[in-house]
Amino acid sequence: MSTAILQAPGRGGEPDRRPGLARLTQIELRKMTDTRSGFWLQFTVIGLTVALVVLVCAFGTDEDRTLRSLFSASVAPASFLLPVVGVLLVTSEWTQRTTLITFTLVPHRSRVVAAKLLAGVALSLAALVICLVLAVIGTAVSGSGAEDAWALPAELLGQTVVYLATGMAIGIGFGAVLLASAPAIVLYFLLPILWSGLGAIPALEDAARWLDPSRSLSVMTDHVMSATEWARAGTTLALWMVLPVLVGLWRIRRSELR
Amino acid sequence: MIEAHGLTKRFSGRAVVEDVSFSCAPGTITGFLGPNGAGKTTTLLMLCGLSAPDAGHGVVLGGPYRDLPNPARRVGILLDAAAQHGGRRGREALAVSAQAMGVEVARVDGLLELVGLDRAAARKRVRQYSLGMRQRLGIAHALLGAPEVLILDEPANGLDPEGMRWMRGLLRYFADQGGTVLLSSHLLREVEATADRLVIIGEGRIAAQGTRAELLTGASTLARAPDQAALEAALRAAGLAVRAATDGGLLVDAEPDAVGRAALEGGVALSHLGPSESAGLEQLFFDLTAGTPEAGQ
Repeated sequence: MSTAILQAPGRGGEPDRRPGLARLTQIELRKMTDTRSGFWLQFTVIGLTVALVVLVCAFGTDEDRTLRSLFSASVAPASFLLPVVGVLLVTSEWTQRTTLITFTLVPHRSRVVAAKLLAGVALSLAALVICLVLAVIGTAVSGSGAEDAWALPAELLGQTVVYLATGMAIGIGFGAVLLASAPAIVLYFLLPILWSGLGAIPALEDAARWLDPSRSLSVMTDHVMSATEWARAGTTLALWMVLPVLVGLWRIRRSELR
Repeated sequence: MIEAHGLTKRFSGRAVVEDVSFSCAPGTITGFLGPNGAGKTTTLLMLCGLSAPDAGHGVVLGGPYRDLPNPARRVGILLDAAAQHGGRRGREALAVSAQAMGVEVARVDGLLELVGLDRAAARKRVRQYSLGMRQRLGIAHALLGAPEVLILDEPANGLDPEGMRWMRGLLRYFADQGGTVLLSSHLLREVEATADRLVIIGEGRIAAQGTRAELLTGASTLARAPDQAALEAALRAAGLAVRAATDGGLLVDAEPDAVGRAALEGGVALSHLGPSESAGLEQLFFDLTAGTPEAGQ
């Protein structure tokens, strides 16, 4: 038995330094892609995005093949599936019981949750870059005859990042509240639909404008938003993102592991 | 250095761990022994800051576990070998933790070699691992940060006899280097062969603790005879307290020479006579943790 490794504590730096949030975020990003399910989920997002851009380029009209409209189309798979990545980022720790490892490496659980949220933002940025690159390629290749083929307001880019990142944070929040994959994913997709149904009742019409994600958030990828629209989006996010994240954080911090 | 001070845990009013106190010194292996469901895992979870005690507190290296800045560099923990993501490859499972601990990735390969997981095994996904392989991966994971303390919950589970012997050697070596080891087990023989000190827990409470010799003081004599009934009659006739040992033979609360004389007087031929040692420890374990059939297997 080569026991030298037991004697040689490979202590490069100071062993007692607390791992920083940047390193914890890298770890969470790594954990999103180094499992079989994580890899295929990311692969699917990219595959669908490529397919969508190719389809629009092949069959779309000149107006569809502008950078703005291609970009808007290319974001769809990511905005649909990244929240699922967010849910699994939290719940897989419970279903696979890796919490026993994660929380012994980092006993302060809120730091792990913070790292997961930051990793979600980083992944959203990466998704945005990929979508933008694909949209640019699509626009160049398809050679749209439209006058404003290359127009893309910078605000729309920013709004799209916010849209993707908050979507992912909503997924993380749902995962954290429920700590179980299937219920979290089902409720993530089902609750907004039920909510929209309620919003169709005339008496609730006003509230829906402020609290229904399908109205107040989806405009982010559509056009440059007004101040009122931002206020509505903010209100909606307080209900759908901030509240679940806070409740989930509370639950994770006090959950008993076994 | 590990200390448990009056650790208590209740689940819906029922105490699963009650007032558990013990300490583990550097350079020693402490065996935390008890039947399944006795509260071993819950106690270890509290020591590792994963479960909040209802009373008492745990101390690891001078303070609460959660106050260690980078705990894995000082305390190696294996709580459940099955608790690994099945879709992750064995080597990656170690590498991602190494990154979190700030340990150079070269240690990963060294430890995989140490625990006997070859390249092919390291490339497999953990889902495909046998329990023994997961246990080896878990031990490598515990050693990754070059810790000075090891806390292992049932590390022998799933290991074959060769693997158990290998692990005993590894833990002995670790302790001889000045490391502190706390390992739990429901297998008396496993702990007895490994540990310097035993902490025996039954139904959430500490039943006994000490070195093997301390636990066995005032222990009894084990006697065997082809005709056990005749031997028992002879010993009772001599006024000695007799009970059946768990693996055959009789345990007598007397010195061997008194037992031998009683047998001679009764005209019974003995096939074995001596201090009871492990039979005594086994009996002790049974007595202390009575009522749990799986004890001491």
